[in-house]
Amino acid sequence: MATSQILLYIFIMAGVTYLIRMLPLVIFQQKIENRFVRSFLFYVPYAVLGAMTFPAIFSSTATLWSAMAGTLVAVFLALREKGLLTVALAACLAVYVTEWLLRLV
Amino acid sequence: MKETKSLNSYTKGFKDGIPIGLGYLSVSFAFGMMAVNMGLPVWIAVLISMTNLTSAGQFAGIGLITAGAPYIEMALTQLVINLRYALMSLSISQKADQTFSLFHRLLISFGVTDEIFAVATGQPAEIGRRYMYGLITAPYFGWALGTLIGAAASTILPEAMRSALSIAIYGMFIAIIIPPAKHSRPILKVLVISVAISFLLSYAPVLQQLSGGFVIILCALIASGLGAILFPIEEVEKK
Repeated sequence: MATSQILLYIFIMAGVTYLIRMLPLVIFQQKIENRFVRSFLFYVPYAVLGAMTFPAIFSSTATLWSAMAGTLVAVFLALREKGLLTVALAACLAVYVTEWLLRLV
Repeated sequence: MKETKSLNSYTKGFKDGIPIGLGYLSVSFAFGMMAVNMGLPVWIAVLISMTNLTSAGQFAGIGLITAGAPYIEMALTQLVINLRYALMSLSISQKADQTFSLFHRLLISFGVTDEIFAVATGQPAEIGRRYMYGLITAPYFGWALGTLIGAAASTILPEAMRSALSIAIYGMFIAIIIPPAKHSRPILKVLVISVAISFLLSYAPVLQQLSGGFVIILCALIASGLGAILFPIEEVEKK
């Protein structure tokens, strides 16, 4: 495929993606007063992150078992209100250790 | 209007972005590897990462490029997969303080990703543009660098390390959503509804063919909509 053709594809990808992100930020410069909309937007982050995490987290690693171990560790530490980096690295460590143990058996 | 101090430190933003940048290294590493395996040059893989800054959209995009798909299909695919960013930008627009002028909105909007949105909206106060630039820095370069390394040397990280790193992003999400859900019943309920719909759409026959980006939009619309109807809040900035 010609390089110019690939560059046109990339331009389309980047352009569409940028417009999606840019338009809402530029159009809504004022705070929205409507109570329903404000409540809705208040809940959006939790709904979005919940849906992005589950069930995708269970297939993020090499095996379901290591993913479950990582999830349990993350949930446990998050319930104890540990920081983002702590929770994320502990989950990685749990996955690494679980996969190492699985290779032993 | 309650007076809230806004968060506008580049250094604070940069620090908050480091875990995201680390997580991006492993994901973009996989992207770089895949792009080269599909026959694209290293510099094209890096160029895509530096101009798009999106995971699912890029993975789908290189598939379409190498298949020689029609341009309109590329545009529509990106629209559906990435439409969730519109919701996130809207949410950030309500969190932005007065330092977000038009010029900075045009620049900052480029850096709205799932994780950056998550950390930005997870802050208790309004956020300023310096904080946002700080937050975007490490993820942006992590994403580009990971792509370069993955594309240039596809076997540099052992498989066990890659597997462990790929849960990092989700661990971070859990750390963001669980503490507020522990303290607020309405947030917990919205979260449970959203996760339930997400499971349903991922495993139910027929429905599981919906694209990942579209699933997230549906979950967000239904769960947040129910939340707004059942538990409207008076003081949204609180908490």
